Order: sequence, then structure tokens, then C-alpha cells
Amino acid sequence: METVNYDDLIPNNVDLANDRRLQRALEQWHPGFIDWWMDMGPEGFQEKDVYLRTAISVDPKGWAHFGFVKMPEYRWGIFLAPREEGRTIPFGKHKGEPAWQEVPGEYRAMLRRLVAIQGDTEPASVEQQRHLGKTAPSLYDLRNLFQVNVEEGRHLWAMVYLLQAYFGRDGREEAEALLQRRSGNEDKPRMLGAFNEDTPDWLSFFMFTFFTDRDGKFQLEALAQSAFDPLSRTCRFMLTEEAHHMFVGETGISRTLERTVQAMNEAGITDPYEVKKIRALGVIDLPTMQRYANFHFTVSMDLFGSETSTNAANAFNSGVKGRYRETRIEDDHQLINDTYPVLHLIDGEFKTTEEPALHALNARLRDDYIKDCAAGVGRWNKVIKKAGIDFELRLPHQAFNRRVGQFAEAFVSPDGEIMSEDAWRAREAEWLPTTSDQAYVASLMKPCYEQGNYAGWIAPPKIGINQQPGDFEYVRIAS
Amino acid sequence: MALIRQHLIDPEICIRCNTCEETCPVDAITHNDDNYVVDVEKCKFCMDCISPCPTGAIDSWRTVAAPYTLDEQFEWEDLPEEIEHPEEAANDSLDDSAQAVESEASEILERAHAGQGGGKLVPPYSAAHPYLNIYTREAPAVARVSGNFRLTESGSDSDTHHIVLDFGNQAFPVLEGQSIGIIPPGTDARGKPHLVRLYSVASPRDGERPNHNKVALTVKRERYEVNGEARFGTCSNYICDLPRDAEVQVTGPFGNTFLMPNHPEANIIMICTGTGSAPFRAMTERRRRRLPDAPGKLLLFFGARTPAELPYHGPLKKLPSGFIDIELAFSRLPDQPRQYVQDRMRLRGDDLAELLGDDETYVFICGLKGMEQGVDEAFAHICGEHGLDWASLRVRMRETGRFHVETY
Repeated sequence: METVNYDDLIPNNVDLANDRRLQRALEQWHPGFIDWWMDMGPEGFQEKDVYLRTAISVDPKGWAHFGFVKMPEYRWGIFLAPREEGRTIPFGKHKGEPAWQEVPGEYRAMLRRLVAIQGDTEPASVEQQRHLGKTAPSLYDLRNLFQVNVEEGRHLWAMVYLLQAYFGRDGREEAEALLQRRSGNEDKPRMLGAFNEDTPDWLSFFMFTFFTDRDGKFQLEALAQSAFDPLSRTCRFMLTEEAHHMFVGETGISRTLERTVQAMNEAGITDPYEVKKIRALGVIDLPTMQRYANFHFTVSMDLFGSETSTNAANAFNSGVKGRYRETRIEDDHQLINDTYPVLHLIDGEFKTTEEPALHALNARLRDDYIKDCAAGVGRWNKVIKKAGIDFELRLPHQAFNRRVGQFAEAFVSPDGEIMSEDAWRAREAEWLPTTSDQAYVASLMKPCYEQGNYAGWIAPPKIGINQQPGDFEYVRIAS
Repeated sequence: MALIRQHLIDPEICIRCNTCEETCPVDAITHNDDNYVVDVEKCKFCMDCISPCPTGAIDSWRTVAAPYTLDEQFEWEDLPEEIEHPEEAANDSLDDSAQAVESEASEILERAHAGQGGGKLVPPYSAAHPYLNIYTREAPAVARVSGNFRLTESGSDSDTHHIVLDFGNQAFPVLEGQSIGIIPPGTDARGKPHLVRLYSVASPRDGERPNHNKVALTVKRERYEVNGEARFGTCSNYICDLPRDAEVQVTGPFGNTFLMPNHPEANIIMICTGTGSAPFRAMTERRRRRLPDAPGKLLLFFGARTPAELPYHGPLKKLPSGFIDIELAFSRLPDQPRQYVQDRMRLRGDDLAELLGDDETYVFICGLKGMEQGVDEAFAHICGEHGLDWASLRVRMRETGRFHVETY
């Protein structure tokens, strides 16, 4: 097992000290990263002590060490999951050959692009979330936000390490560019659409971490299968951290729902569509929650790209990017003669056709994603059901509100009804957050920074971080 | 009927992220479309899954006579209530694998030992056989306070007491490194009895005075702030305020791995802060009484903010240097850079490396959770400089009962 070296400026388990060129390159990149963090990282809390977990080694016992840290002093480092001796490529035309420790020339451009895209999402989400600290519903939530932020920062480091270590000058330029682009900036936007959207409030943040970070989970799972072993090991370690981000999203929404149905019950309101009365209680009504979920689900669906794609086929065939949990799938892992059912909109009707499986990989990964999202939504619904309220959150139809892929031009309702643009626009306000929804949610966003207290629109968590008590001072506001 | 502590996952809190299943080295964790579950037949209690779980759902335990099957667990929407077991059943299950039958005490110990790392925890091979769980919340021992002294200087912020409990004619066999439980009287704000608190004994097995049935504790008065208001730790304040002759309800003993090696060749490296010194006072005193000329070395790293706040500062300084090698680290001396135990460790890197290279060396770490990282880094650094691989060495030492962590 590789030891984590904590004496270096950059903690790592990749023996950086013995690669002077790479060490220098990363040390040169480091000040730019810190500048970016100070400029674009969480606003207003850089000097506060935050109860964060830090990885001190990659074995199960070592990577979650809790303590108070000022965010700019967080030990961002380079951690790869332990190397599996004798690992072979699990899929594609090189299946069974030894995994690559270096990038083969013919796949260099493809790999660099995948790493750069993954890398670009990491700082983007920090930028999107930088103002949320001002309105956190509790110290517990504030801490969770910052944990997500520092770990997205570490994921940037992880990708920059790969770029600098394996892609020469082009890689160094890509690494620089990751610090130059800015979420939502018209001149130098982040690469993917969802990462240029605003995260204006905590409901959006929770939806983002549930839906959009889950896209990240699926992309990382697919890259964790890669023939390029350093990429695979990097992604495997990142996935452990990514789970925390899913947790923040899932429980954030779940606690919001819990508080809403509790307030409804206390006030004797049974009809979830009595929005005015419910909002008067200072909680977020369920139809609004559904609209936020619709929006975040659909922009996240777009992140998977076109349903059928030759790029995806090439990436798979070459061994660069696999399927979700590739090694658990029982087939030949080469997909030469296989097909996969893909939904199409043909002549005004939905039809499922069998496509060559190799070309349908994006569709397949998205289907896996939908299933994972649906399970989470099912758990949210248990909260509503337990309170006796007759309402179910649902994932909208996969053709609803899409901007990417074959449904980009279609107008389809959340129930899957194909309609005219006019008819769709007439009902858009039922399905997607309206400005008045956003204004109402924004009106609830007041900071609640007293130890152990929670804003009125969200329930306290069931257990604290690292089993700390409910009134634990997760962020030392006075410090 | 024997009881077991079954490892479970709380389905209400779990987000099904798969991290535990991915981590488990023996494939004891599996899932269906609804739940992630632990197979009681396979789980080896290595605890590898605990820290990667983002939710804490994985850290769920039930004491059961008949373990829940996988099929039962797959059906759950929430965890079943804890079942009350009759006392005879609890007494039947006093086997060596249970660190402590009372779940509250064993949970405390599990958390305290978490920093030790994976694998079943094992004691040093030459440790004495510990007695466990003789006294329970339902049937506690009653001890009488025969002494209560403030250890830290009266001007210092830290108020640490040396408490001596007299068990009279009740058997209370306890080894150096074991803990005992103290139950503060009364109930909390919700009307429930106060939780038990565990304290490491500070006296050796034959008693604070040889062959008197008395056990010593080192207790710091806990004070913390919530929203600017001072709050006081219930149990520590109860203990620190105990008058002579007061009666105290005691449970235990607990703990069957953080135990001293008894063979004279054993080198013992002890690293502690504050009241984490208690087990080391006990171990040192045992050596001094029983094996003062043992060839094995004793090396103590002891940290506090100032000498005034360092428990047992005076008596420690009187121990001969040929018997024990002591390194004190003070983090709040006026006009001096802050120094922590890991800094003293690095200064003694050559000596530590030599000891670590010896299969007769045992490492014990006790104190606040916060010290673990610095100490681990110092070991890694020292090993790196001396051609040793700390990560693999730590695993090897742990598996042979030579690396022990108890932090809180």
C-alpha cells in the first residue's frame, strides 16, 4: 500500500517527491488554485474554522479524519485508490490485456478530453455555490456545503494531476484553463450547460447535489472501469467522496419534505395544492418541490449527451470509458453483436427500437442514472406517505424539457404526452419553477447560525456528522 | 441463550450509495432494490465500512438472541426497536468476543478504538486475561470515594482530578488499559437516566495501593459553550465534585484489547495528551512494581498545554530516566513555539525508528481524537526517513496486537 506523504506541500500517495518535473509543475499550479479558491470559493467564510473531514490515507480507516480546519488550509491532495496488482482491461477490444499505466498515443486526445470535461465540472460547482453560505439553514448544513466545496476542489486536483502527469504540454494548458473558465460567464463559460446554471438557493443546492452530482457519480463509475489505470484509481477514490454529496442532496430534500408535511399536519392542511395556506406556514409546498425536481432532473439528463453516439462507442471500444459497474454486468463486455433498446420519437410517437449496444452507451448510462434517481425519489415519498399526505413526487418523462439529444426539439409533458409548442408553453408554469416560486423560496433563505437551531423550512437531521450531538458547533462563526 | 451484537444498516438513513458494499473486504454487505444489508454470517467486525459511509447509517447495532436474516433486513423500512433482554441472557453472553455487553459502553469503546484501523482488534499476546462486564447498569458495583485531589495547578484553566474509588469487599478485577463505567445519578432533560461514561483506570491491577481494593481514575472537568453559554459535562462534573465517602455506581470492567504486554522484553511506546495519560500511569506503575529492571524500554510522549495542566507532572519527573524515557510537549508556553507530541516524536525519530523495527515493540495512543492525525503523520515521516513503510507496518503491528488506539 502506498503511504500518504503529508510532509510535502501537496499531500499525495503517488510518490510525487521522486518526480521532480511533475512536482514542480503542480507546485507552479498550486498558487493559481489558491487564488482561484480565494476569488471563487465560498464567500465570507474563508477565515472560519469548519469541522471538515480530510483524507489522511486511502485505506478505509484513514480517509475520514474529522477536525476544525480553515478552508484555504484544507489539505487538498492527490489520492489514488490502491493499485490492484495484475489488473486487466475489463471491456472493449483490449479486454484481458494488462491495464495501461501510461496513455497510449492513439487514445491520448480522447482521454485528455474526458479528463478535462470531468475536471471542468469540479470548480464549476464550487463557483455556482459560492454565495450559499450567506443563507444556510443551520451550521450543520453550512458545514456540509463546505465539505462538498473542498472535496470538489480536491476532485479538481485529482484531474489536474492526471493532466499534468500524463498529457505533457497540452495537459498543462488544460490544467491552466480549468482555473480560467467561470461558471455562467458569457465569455469563458464552463464546458457543460448544467454547470453554468445558477444555484441561487438551498433548495436548488440540494436538488443539484441529488440530481447533478449523481450524474458525476455515474460518469466516475464509468471512468473507474477505464483501461487507463491511473484514471481508474483516481475515480475510485473520488467516488467515496462523491457519496457524501449524494447524501447532502438526498437528506436535504428529505428534511425539507419532512418539515413541510409536519407543518401541514400541525395546521390541519391535507390538500397539498393549498399552496397559499402552506406557504403561509413558512415551508415549501410539495408542488414547488416537484417543479424544482423536474428542472434539475432534466438539466442533469442532458449531461449524458446524445442517446446514440459514436464517441461513446469509440471510448468503450478502445477501453477508455466503460459502463456503470462494468465488471458486474454479465455479457461479453465487447458488445460486438449486442443491441440495447432506445426510446425514440418517430412521426409524433414514442417507439422503442433496438440499437447497436455499442452506440447506445449514453442511453444505457442514463437509464442506470434514472433508476438510481427513481429509488431516491421513492425514499422521499416515504416521508410524505408516513405523514399521511396524499402526494407523490415523480420523475418526469425522459423526453420532457430536454436541450440535448434526440428530444431537444420535442415538446413533451412530464407525463410523456407529446404536444405542440404553444400547448407546452401554456402549461410550463405547472411543470418548471416559476419566478414566483423562486421568489418565494428566496424569501425563506435566511441564515440560521445558532448552534442546534434550524430554519423553519427544514427539519433537523436524524444524526449528526461523525455522530456529533445536535447542537455541535460545526462552523465556528465567531472565530 | 447467547446474545450477539448484530451489525445492521439503518434503511431510513442509508442513501444506497454502495460505498460500504464496495469497501467490505469479505463481501458481507449486499443489496436488493430496496435495502443495503449486512450478512451476519460473513461480517468480521473489521469496521472498514464505518468511516466511508457518508450518512452514519452503517453504524447501527442491535443486541439479539436470533440474528435478523438478510430477507428480513431487505423488507425493513426502518430499524427494529432494540429488544430488552432478560438479565440471565445478558450474563450468558459474556464471551471474549464481546468487548462489553452493555451496548452503550461497547459503542463508546468502538468509537474510541476506531482510529486503530481495520481488522479484528487483538490484545498483546502476553496480556493477562481480562474480566469483562461483571457489573451492569441493572446491577452495578457500588464504590466509595476514598480520595479526590485536583491534579492540575489551581490557577490553570484545566481542572483535572485524581479520584480513588474503594470497592471494599466487592470483586472488581481490572487491568491496566481497561475502562470502567460511571453512571451519574438522576435523569437528563428528557427524563431518561444519564448515559454511562467510560474512564480508563489510572491504577495498576493490584490497586492504587498494592493489595488494597482501590481503583484510581483521572477525570477532567468538561466545560464547553453552546451559543456563548457555558455548559458543563454531566458526568465529569459529578465526579470532580464528589466528596470523600460518597457512593458511586460503577459498571464494567470493559475493554479486552488495549492491554499491556506482560513479558519483560516488551518495549512500550506510550503517546498521550491530557487525561489520556491514565492507562499509561497504570502500565508504568505495573512495570515499576513488578518488573523494574525489565529489558524492554518504556518511552512516553505526553502533551499538554502547559506544565501546570499536565496531570501527574510532579510524580512523573521523579521516575528514574533508566526506567522510563519521557518526552513532554507543551503547546501553550509563553514566548515559545507550540509543540505537540508529534513534534517530540520527530525529534526522537531515530530512537522510534529503532524501536519500530523491533518485533517486541508495542504502541499505545490515548487522548483526544484530534491527536491521531498528527501522530500518524509523524510515524509515517519517521518511517519514511528510515526506510520503513508505516502503512504496512501499522497493519502488521495491529494484526499482532502491537498497535492500539483509544481516542475520544
